[in-house]
Amino acid sequence: MKKIKLLLVDDEVPFVETMTKRLKKREFDVDTAHSGLDALKALESNDKIEVVVLDVKMPGMDGIETLREIKKVYPLTEVVMLTGHATVESAIEGMRFGAFDYLMKPCDIDQLVSKVTQAAEKKQKHENKIVEARIKEITSRRA
Amino acid sequence: MEKDKLLQNSYYKMITKKIVTTIIIVSITPMILVGLIILDRFNKSYHEKVSAHLDELVQKHKQNIDTFLKERLGNIQFLAKMASIENLKNELFLQENLLEMQKAYDNVFVDLGTINDKGVQLAYAGPFQLKDAQYSDAQWFKNALANRYYISDVFLGLRGLPHFIVTVKKNFDGKELILRATIDIMAFNSLVENLRIGKTGFAYILNREGEFQTKTSFDVNADKKSYTELLKKVKETKRGEHIIEKKDKSSGEKLIYVVSSLKGGDWLMVYQQDYGDAFSSIKIVRNIAYIIFVIGCFCIISMAFILSRRIVNRIARIDSEKEMLNQQVIETGKLASVGELAAGIAHEINNPVAIMVEESGWMEDLLEEEDLQKTENLEEYKRSLKQIQTQGKRCKEITYKLLSFARKTDSRIDDVQINEIIDEVVSLSAQRAKYANVIFNTRLDNNLPLLSLSQSEMQQVLLNLFNNALDAMEKTGGNIDITSNSHNNNVSIEIKDNGPGIPKANLVRIFDPFFTTKPVGKGTGLGLAICYGIIKKMGGNIKVQSAINVGTTFIISLPIFEQKEKKTDPEFDNLDGGL
Repeated sequence: MKKIKLLLVDDEVPFVETMTKRLKKREFDVDTAHSGLDALKALESNDKIEVVVLDVKMPGMDGIETLREIKKVYPLTEVVMLTGHATVESAIEGMRFGAFDYLMKPCDIDQLVSKVTQAAEKKQKHENKIVEARIKEITSRRA
Repeated sequence: MEKDKLLQNSYYKMITKKIVTTIIIVSITPMILVGLIILDRFNKSYHEKVSAHLDELVQKHKQNIDTFLKERLGNIQFLAKMASIENLKNELFLQENLLEMQKAYDNVFVDLGTINDKGVQLAYAGPFQLKDAQYSDAQWFKNALANRYYISDVFLGLRGLPHFIVTVKKNFDGKELILRATIDIMAFNSLVENLRIGKTGFAYILNREGEFQTKTSFDVNADKKSYTELLKKVKETKRGEHIIEKKDKSSGEKLIYVVSSLKGGDWLMVYQQDYGDAFSSIKIVRNIAYIIFVIGCFCIISMAFILSRRIVNRIARIDSEKEMLNQQVIETGKLASVGELAAGIAHEINNPVAIMVEESGWMEDLLEEEDLQKTENLEEYKRSLKQIQTQGKRCKEITYKLLSFARKTDSRIDDVQINEIIDEVVSLSAQRAKYANVIFNTRLDNNLPLLSLSQSEMQQVLLNLFNNALDAMEKTGGNIDITSNSHNNNVSIEIKDNGPGIPKANLVRIFDPFFTTKPVGKGTGLGLAICYGIIKKMGGNIKVQSAINVGTTFIISLPIFEQKEKKTDPEFDNLDGGL
C-alpha cells in the first residue's frame, strides 16, 4: 500500500521531530512545518500531501487561519486539528471550516494514526469520485 | 477559633457594658437633677407657703387674744369710769354688773372686786368668799397700784385655781381704789385651743418667765430651759412673729415653733408643731418622688440592658455577615487568581507534557526494534515508559480541569428550564450510578419559572455534584434525592445523598480550590470550586449541610430575576458574583 503523505505543522520543534519519527516508523511519509506560512509553502511545493496535521495554537498565523487558507487553495486536502484544552472550542470551530477532525494534545499515537488514515481515505474517496466523474464526463463526451 | 470566640465575646461584653453605662448615666443623671431641683424648689415654696400660713394664723390669733384682753380691760375701765366710789364699795352693784357682763360675754368674767390702796378687798362679787381678802403682798397688786390698768399673768392666788385678773386703778380724791376682774381661764384657753392644725399642731401662751399662761392638752415639754431659749431668740428679733425650727432635745424630733408677742410683749404666744406633721405633704411628695425614682431607675436599667443586648446582637450579626462577606470576597478573589494562574500554567505545561509523552512513545517504538528485544530489562523499560505516559495523561487531566476552571466556557445565557437540565444530567450519570448501585430520585416542581443562565455551566455544576455523590457512595450504594422548588424569587435545587458525609473540619474547605480528600491522582480539588464560581457568577448561592453517616446535602439557590447578558471575563464575573 502506498504511504500516506502528511504534513505536520506545529511551532514546538521537539514535538514535531519526535512525532515525525514515530509517524515515519508507522509507514507515513511526513513533511514538517513550524508555522502556518511554512505549511502553506510546503503545500505549494509538494502537491502530493494528503493530510495536514495542524496545531491550533501557533504564533503568527494561527491554526484556524492556516486552515482556512489551506481549504481555500487545496479544498481536497484533509486537515486534522491538534489542540490543547484551551483551544478546544477553536478546534471545533475549525471543523466548521472544513477540518476533518480534531485531537487533543498530548494525543495517543494510535489515535492519530487512525485519524490520519481515515482522513487520507476520505480524501482518496473524494479524489476517486472526482476522477470517476471526470472519466464519466470524458466518456459521455465521447459518446 | 475558640480563642477568637472568647476574644469576640469579651469584645461584645465590653460594648454592652459601655452602652449600658452610657444609657444609665445619660438618663439617670438628668432624672436625678430634675428630681432634686424640683423637689428642692417645691420644698422651699411649700415651706414658704406653710410658714406664711402659720404666720398669718398665729397673727390672727394673737390679734384675737389682744383684742380679747383689750375688750375685757375696756369693760372694766368702763365700769370703773361709770361707777362712783359708793358703787364700787357696794357688793350689790358689783353683783349686778358681774351678772350683766357674764350675760354679755359668756361667763368670761368670774368675779369682780374692789380693793383699796392697802390691798384689802372692800367688796367682792363672785363664787368665792373673798371679801376682806388681803392682797397687799401679791405681785399683781403692786403692779396694779403702779399702773393705771393692769393685766396679770396667770396665777393660783388665794382661791388656788389658775386665773388671771384685769385691774383698773381709780382715784377718788386722793384715795386710790382698784377695780379688779377675774377672767375665766377656760374661756381664755378656748381662744388658744382653737388653734389646732394637723395632729401635733397646737398653741399656748407663755409669760416672760416662761410659765404657761394657758392649759395645753398636749404633753408639752416641761423643760423650761428650751422655752427660755426660745424667748431669748424672740427678744433678739424685733419682728412680732418668728418662726423657729429646732430639734427637741428629749425626743430628737424636729419641731417648728411660731412665736409672737402678746400683751405688749409681756406674753408670748407659741405655736408648736412637729416638723414632719407641718410639712407632711413634703414628705408625701418626697416619698412619691422616691418611688418614681426607684421605678424610673429600674426601667432605665432594664431598658439599658435590653437595648444594649439588642444593639450588640445586631452588631454581632452585622459583624458576622461582614466577615462572611469578607470571606466570600477573599474566596472569589482566590478563585479569580487561581483561575488566572491556572490558565497560564495549563497553557505552558501542556506542550512540554505533550512532548514528553511523545518522546516516551518514541522510545517505546524504538524498543520494538529487533536489536533491543534481547535487552535484559526490556519489560522494565516498557513499564517505565508506560508510567511516563500514564503520568503525562494525569498532567493532561489536571491541566484540562484547570483550564475548564478558568477558560471561557460556553457561557451563553438562555432562558432554560432547570428541571430539563437536571433530568438530562441525571440520565448522563445513570450509567455510572447503576454500577455504583445508586438510585436517583427526583422530585421536581413542575411550575418552576424559566431561569436565565448558561445551560452548559449548570450542567457542569450538577454533574460535578452528582459525580462527588457517586464517588462517595461507590462502595456502599445509596440514594441521591434531587428536589427543585421555588420560593421568594429563588429557585432552589437540593441534592441530597445518604453517603458517609463530610467531616466538619473539611466542610469549611470543600469549596477551596485544590482541596480534595480523594486519593492522589483521583481528584484535582477543583470540582466544587468550579461549582462555587459558576453559581456565584449566576448571582446564586451554594450551601452544604452534612452529617457523618447520614449524608450530605448541597443546596443551590438561584435568583429568578431577569439576568442581563454579560460576557465579560470569567474572573470578573467571579468577582461580581462574590460581591
